[in-house]
Amino acid sequence: MDPKNLQVLVDVNLKSVAWFYPELWLIFGSMGVFILDLVWRKNRGRVRLLAGATLIVLACSGAALAMQPADAVSLFNGMIATDSFANFWKWLFLAAAALTVVISSGSQEFAPERIGEFFALLLAITLGMFLMASATNLLMIYMAIELVSMVSYVLVGYRRADRKAHEAALKYVIYGGVASGVMLFGMSYLYGLLGTANVTEFAVKLAALSQGFAGAAPGAAAATKLALVLATVFVSAGIGYKVAAVPWHMWCPDVYEGAPTPFTAFLSVGPKAAGFALAIRFFFGAFAGKMGATGLADSVAGIPWPAVVGVISAVTMTLGNLVAVVQTNLKRLLAYSSIAHAGYMLMGLAAVSATGMQSVMIYSAIYLVMNLGAFLVVILVAQSTGSESIFEYRGLARRHPVAAVAFAIFLFSLTGLPPFAGFMGKMYLFYALFERIGIPGGGWYATLALIGALNTAVSLYYYARIIRAMFLDPPYEKAAPVEASPGGQLLLGAFSAFILVFGVWWNPIVNWSARSLQIFRG
Amino acid sequence: MLLTAVIFLPLLGALIAAFLPAGEPGQHRGWAFFVTLATFGVSLALWAGFDSRPGAAEFQFALKVPWIASAGIGYHVGLDGVALLLVMLTTALTPIVILAAWSVTERVKEFLIAVLVLETAMIGTFAALDLVLFYVFWEAVLIPMYLLIGVWGSQNRLYATVKFFIYTFVASVLMLIAIIYAALHAGGSFDYLVVRDALRVGADAQKWLFLAFAVAFAVKVPMFPVHTWLPDAHTEAPTAGSVILAGVLLKMGTFGFFRYAMPLFPDAALQFRPAIAVLAVVGIIYGALMCLVQGDMKRLVAYSSVSHLGFVMLGLMALTAEGLTGGVYQMLNHGVSTGALFLLVGMLYERRHTRLISEYGGIAKQVPWIATAFVVVTLSSVGLPGTNGFVGEFLILAGTWLGRMPGTQLLAVLGATGVILGAVYMLWLVERVFFGTITSDENRHLPDLSLREAFVIAPMIVLIVVMGLAPQPFLAPARPAVDRLVTRMQEADRRLRTRDPGRPPSVGGQQPALALEPTTAPGALAAMPPAGGSH
Repeated sequence: MDPKNLQVLVDVNLKSVAWFYPELWLIFGSMGVFILDLVWRKNRGRVRLLAGATLIVLACSGAALAMQPADAVSLFNGMIATDSFANFWKWLFLAAAALTVVISSGSQEFAPERIGEFFALLLAITLGMFLMASATNLLMIYMAIELVSMVSYVLVGYRRADRKAHEAALKYVIYGGVASGVMLFGMSYLYGLLGTANVTEFAVKLAALSQGFAGAAPGAAAATKLALVLATVFVSAGIGYKVAAVPWHMWCPDVYEGAPTPFTAFLSVGPKAAGFALAIRFFFGAFAGKMGATGLADSVAGIPWPAVVGVISAVTMTLGNLVAVVQTNLKRLLAYSSIAHAGYMLMGLAAVSATGMQSVMIYSAIYLVMNLGAFLVVILVAQSTGSESIFEYRGLARRHPVAAVAFAIFLFSLTGLPPFAGFMGKMYLFYALFERIGIPGGGWYATLALIGALNTAVSLYYYARIIRAMFLDPPYEKAAPVEASPGGQLLLGAFSAFILVFGVWWNPIVNWSARSLQIFRG
Repeated sequence: MLLTAVIFLPLLGALIAAFLPAGEPGQHRGWAFFVTLATFGVSLALWAGFDSRPGAAEFQFALKVPWIASAGIGYHVGLDGVALLLVMLTTALTPIVILAAWSVTERVKEFLIAVLVLETAMIGTFAALDLVLFYVFWEAVLIPMYLLIGVWGSQNRLYATVKFFIYTFVASVLMLIAIIYAALHAGGSFDYLVVRDALRVGADAQKWLFLAFAVAFAVKVPMFPVHTWLPDAHTEAPTAGSVILAGVLLKMGTFGFFRYAMPLFPDAALQFRPAIAVLAVVGIIYGALMCLVQGDMKRLVAYSSVSHLGFVMLGLMALTAEGLTGGVYQMLNHGVSTGALFLLVGMLYERRHTRLISEYGGIAKQVPWIATAFVVVTLSSVGLPGTNGFVGEFLILAGTWLGRMPGTQLLAVLGATGVILGAVYMLWLVERVFFGTITSDENRHLPDLSLREAFVIAPMIVLIVVMGLAPQPFLAPARPAVDRLVTRMQEADRRLRTRDPGRPPSVGGQQPALALEPTTAPGALAAMPPAGGSH
């Protein structure tokens, strides 16, 4: 290689480091926690020490993120981009990771001897999610997804003695392998058709390609278009697998049930949010034109991906909700509910507009808190009773009023009832759809909104079943008393306060997400 | 600010109650009673300060503060006359309910907190002038009510409360969708006044929007055939729950038609009006017939609510000044008289622990004061002249008869049979419960009204008589709101007629002296003789 070009490459990489400090903190922090794990091998307070160290790493990463220059730039020769959009998600990931560390340090599911590796691997996943939110190159997208997936496989099978954990990890690996294989196949098509792996260049190349259709033989144009659609669908398999959208959701219930509950909680909010970050960047960055003054965009070259996403959204939420109705294990119930919520969020993606993006971001932020809160209650109850069955929740309002009230708040919020934060998240998703309805060709959005509304009603049924068990059913005579540590109660209180405050005063989230709509487009 | 204080006083009281020790129910009862009484006191200032002259502002005590400015959502509250009356009904009923619930001994703290939260949500629903704010209050009613029925209800409470919750929630989600759609087509603002003036949608879209709102409200009213949650919920709820449910919650549905469904989508409302009016009449007769075969007192009163609310809906759909005024008045009547009936049935239940009519009989001698009160309330419920019920039913039937809707006179005649059936089932109930010979030995030693119970029921009796003999102060605030709605609907009617010249006018009354022709000023209703004085 010409040394001059090489010099340019190196210069770009060195310069990019200035925007890469948060990730560097995670990389070296993860290694550091591994080492500390060895250093504190015999220390009695190792759980607290290690948790503290992990939190410090996350805090340093957050500080680096806060101090980072705010401009949108492409880094490492177009591999990743940093912009306010990515930063929004990175804050969510840091919050999810930090809360998971706090929750798991109080959980009995992790043996103190092995908790260090859990924390270190959690940092590695966070790094993967950071990269997912900012990847702008097909290869980088693949690498980031795989980083998150690989570490997840390990952590799902964390409880070595548990058959369910083995089953879950194996299922996760198989489904994950297939999904990423399919995705890679789709990527190869995209690369072949467009001649670039850089997502930010897709829109231009696609436009050029579709202009070429005019002169080409009729069959050739149709074949190219079909190949494009297929490639898009294949790539969305990888994303759909991460957000647990139907038909790539099958791993979800088993994995959620088999994994240690704090990690399940993390899986349901972190990687799912990362999947949405990636989906937005991929579809909006590559397959949507520039947004107009109204904030609406169109899909490039007439590829019907909004309709595909819309159909997936409708199927996902319907299946998730209907199957959740018959679940009696709370972890499985929340797994299906998280599938349904992926369906709701896909509505925002299908709208292809600024409001649509914003609504997905708002919903992810709120979902993070309410779902982590719900899982926290499941953890607390399981620690006292040893079971996640809904029957253990009978009479919880008397056995532990704080947990019961907090759980009720999270569940009502998940349903989307006002005055809880979930209501406003859902309202923005519907709002995004309705912006589309008046526009020609947007009639099907009305159907999607109707399906979404009916699904909300279905979801009330199974959430209310838990509330009914907690508040209306009498406890079993021999029901174990439920105890929660002061820290756990404090956390529950904080989550509930968040849901209540942002249920009536959601300006901050809306403004923050509105400021974070800037996506690097090359 | 005054209105905001009335809305949030109970909630504040609930927050403070959360910090009182759970082991001392007496403290909680006293505190909740004091808070609701104070709320009533403050709301009296609303009543006194309301200007019901024709030229006065449409919405008074208005307060508008930006809330989520980026989405066009504001904290906007205000009262028109109808909302004022319903807020007064709410604030007046709640302390009575709390006094009546002195006998609740299980989880008193939670019970009273639920009632206080419920009061805030109910007042807020009537006071909201922003669609999102309205929806928030509307849905906030569900959770405390769900708990009231589910925790403190009787045997079959779980079935009843889940049914109530899901029924009403499903219907309201559709309304939320319609709200968002309407706001987007009114320049992106959720403010009620802005949406009402600026809504621009096609005829088809308006039909769907109206239906989405109407279904949510119809479930709440409840109208036939979506009434099936009501008998279960009413029967299983504790006395306090039944009284609030019948007294206030059902009015949220009729109020919704009056405030939202009809003024926002007048054209569509006119098109669906005959169907709704027919359903209202079906509800009147069906509810009354169901009353005749009930063996459970509470269930009987519940079905009588279906019948009475059918009257309200018929009055609203008549779209004459009399019909609408009567509909509004009947909302208040029903709140008072059915609320009182539930209170009395609750008192009997506390004595005998059964609601079955066949268990009673001949107890008038044992409990003469309860019997007297029951008879007075019954007479109000059947619409005897001199009681409030008469004023409402008379205005509704007269307004329907004088209306211009095709077939309206037939509807009025059919509705009138509901009055007769009402007299039959209510008087028959009184006879079976209080008169005849005592058949069950347990009934020989029933205590009569205690002093507390006397204080519970006395205000209701006073209201029944006062509202029957001097309805004017209660009718006056409603008039400007009624006039405005009639004018609005007349404009819509004219629009429909210019589009379809063969269509006869269908809004307003047939007699110019009574009805509001577009040429006359809204004050023309003052020419109507005071209905209470007509007998």
